[in-house]
Amino acid sequence: MRRHHDMGGLDAGPVEQTEHDYSPWEKRVDAIMRLLSDEKCQLMSVDELRRGIENLGPGAYDEYNYYERWISSITNNLIEKGVITVDELGTKMEEAKARWQETQA
Amino acid sequence: MSDHHHHDDDWPYPHPKQPDTEDAPFTDHMAMAEAVTELLIDKNIFTADDMRKMVEYIDSKSPAEGARMVARAWTDPDFKGRMLKDVNAAAKELDIDAGTIPIRCVENTPEAHNVIVCTLCSCYPRMLLGLPPDWYKSRAYRSRVIREPRKVLAEFGTDISDAVETRVHDSTADLRYMVLPMRPKGSEGMNEDALAGLVTRDSMIGVSVIKDL
Repeated sequence: MRRHHDMGGLDAGPVEQTEHDYSPWEKRVDAIMRLLSDEKCQLMSVDELRRGIENLGPGAYDEYNYYERWISSITNNLIEKGVITVDELGTKMEEAKARWQETQA
Repeated sequence: MSDHHHHDDDWPYPHPKQPDTEDAPFTDHMAMAEAVTELLIDKNIFTADDMRKMVEYIDSKSPAEGARMVARAWTDPDFKGRMLKDVNAAAKELDIDAGTIPIRCVENTPEAHNVIVCTLCSCYPRMLLGLPPDWYKSRAYRSRVIREPRKVLAEFGTDISDAVETRVHDSTADLRYMVLPMRPKGSEGMNEDALAGLVTRDSMIGVSVIKDL
């Protein structure tokens, strides 16, 4: 059976020629991936990134934007490999959100 | 010094907002990216300086590097031969780092027009041309360009005559492509720098051609 990401040759609407300047957080996600996959680090490969993206499932694949898929896959891979834990991640995410809230006050 | 930041009641921010960045809400995924970065720095996987340098490096990559290679190929047939054989090695001759993933150059001719895609994900010669445009990663482009390239190209304003063969190249994680566009008529007297200025990103993806001057 054809998997969700394997869309070559299917019908689809017109190509919307939209572009946006990559935002800082998107470039940082790209940078994380390049650093994790470089020769020095070799913690994660592009194939592992893809596997993680393809395993998000049809719902998340279409709902998330491009770098949301990337950071989701990177994070899942790092948890699988035992590099980070779910608890650490949760704590740091709450801290990041709290910091942002302060800037909004 | 006067306060040039105008602080209205409905403008509680300490400095002017930047559209696209500060207007955007702080999403779970942004928090996740920040959290993962901090954890990897804390665990000495990489440093904050590595991160900063990598973002600068990403910012330094643009279609201008590919354009320089195309202009050289137009003016130096020997270089073109080496570029068609091995883009990454030819790039080094121009002090361009095209990365380690092989890039294959496909040449447009009066008989054949080439266009690139990655149907399975978003593979792109990003080490040479910078980050891809959004539409390159879109479902519509990835789905359709291999089935009906002429129709998709027409949507980009590029009409390919029926007498010209269209070749679509599907990139993979291990092999990327770039298109060598045809040199436009009327550019005969131009030097290499001026020629490079004619070369667009889209012409190296193959969704457009460089118009005759």
